[in-house]
Amino acid sequence: MSRPAHRRPEYHKINKDLFVLTYGALVAQLCKDYEKDEDVNKYLDKMGYGIGTRLVEDFLARSCVRRCHSYSEIIDIIAQVAFKMYLGITPSVTCNNSSRTEFSLILDKNPLVEFVEELPAGRSSLCYCNLLSGIIRGALEMVHLAADVTFLQDTLKGDRVTEIGITFLKKLDEKKYRRKK
Amino acid sequence: MELASHLHSLILEKSVWAAAVAIFSVYVVNKAGGLIHRLDSYAPRAEAEKTSSHPLDLLLKLHDEPLAINGVDVNGKFMADGKEVLGYLSNPANYPVSIRFGRPRLTSNEKLMLASMFHSLFAIGSQLSPEQGSSGTEMLETDSCKLHCFQTLTGIKFAVLANPRQAGIDSLLQKIYEIYSDFALKNPFYSLEMPIRCELFDQNLELALEVAEKAGTFGPGSQAEPAMDPPHFGISCSRDPAVSVPMERPTALLVPLEMGGC
Repeated sequence: MSRPAHRRPEYHKINKDLFVLTYGALVAQLCKDYEKDEDVNKYLDKMGYGIGTRLVEDFLARSCVRRCHSYSEIIDIIAQVAFKMYLGITPSVTCNNSSRTEFSLILDKNPLVEFVEELPAGRSSLCYCNLLSGIIRGALEMVHLAADVTFLQDTLKGDRVTEIGITFLKKLDEKKYRRKK
Repeated sequence: MELASHLHSLILEKSVWAAAVAIFSVYVVNKAGGLIHRLDSYAPRAEAEKTSSHPLDLLLKLHDEPLAINGVDVNGKFMADGKEVLGYLSNPANYPVSIRFGRPRLTSNEKLMLASMFHSLFAIGSQLSPEQGSSGTEMLETDSCKLHCFQTLTGIKFAVLANPRQAGIDSLLQKIYEIYSDFALKNPFYSLEMPIRCELFDQNLELALEVAEKAGTFGPGSQAEPAMDPPHFGISCSRDPAVSVPMERPTALLVPLEMGGC
């Protein structure tokens, strides 16, 4: 009586344009609400964190991945299974340091910025896809892994590719569950 | 052991007349050990209703609590209209009276406590396991029920209490995980780790249980049981002071599957 090794994920397809436009509207509204780029980035990250904490259960329920034993396994799963499932793309993975705690996901094509040419004037340090970094951070924290996620390269800022850097910090102690008041 | 006898009180008494309710309850426990959802499928319990005239041939002691008098449920020591049970029964004018006895249902607080207890036992189990890196307790078996447990990588536990012969609980647990991720987590107004109060979650959970019960196969010997023990009641009323009805005792705890069936 073992669990099936692989199950086809059942997900409903919606129009990609609707999703991309919704995201764009969200960022545009945040820009209207907050003057400073850091604030917009911060709130995008916060929203992404909330999404990530919930999305991870959906991911684990649908993809039946096994427990991982190393950081590089985790990054591979994020790139090959999670990104494929939710955004339809498969970024490539590189490892940035010898102790194998810093990794990068390189996205050649970023579907979220399909309709965006460049950042508006005066918004040069805006991190347009910061929601993604919040999602990854939130998801990793729910499986007891503290990580720092930042955008190292951004096509909207003139780089050739989009690069998301993930740095694993010390593993969160599983036994300390803080009760929410 | 306390826990086992409490577990027994969670399930249906073995009886040839009982409906084949295969899945007795579902519990969802959060990371901190708190019960955030439970679903019990109430099945008719073994109860005895007796009409008697004054004087009562049973001697009810102070801690005995009947389930119902004359068809109206009793609330602890008091009846629905506020009168005290013992006082009512000692008045000959109220006879003939019909009293229903049975195993009392667990209160919500008791269930909360059991869930936390199980959470701790689960953690102890994974520490005690002879295998390195054990993922925790998957099944707890007694002679009348099986508790299947599935812990997600995020620490949420789903526990299903079912008939020992019910198959397919593993896939049911996976399905419950999916239902949780869909209808509880994706609800924007649900806060994580809090009790789940989502209509859609309840509906889909019940649907999943129905599907699992219909699909689950029963092993041999599920229909015709050999002569059953008479139902034991957890009360200590006595006909006369010298004789007492024996208390329910669990006959097996954590007995490994030796029959090979399943």
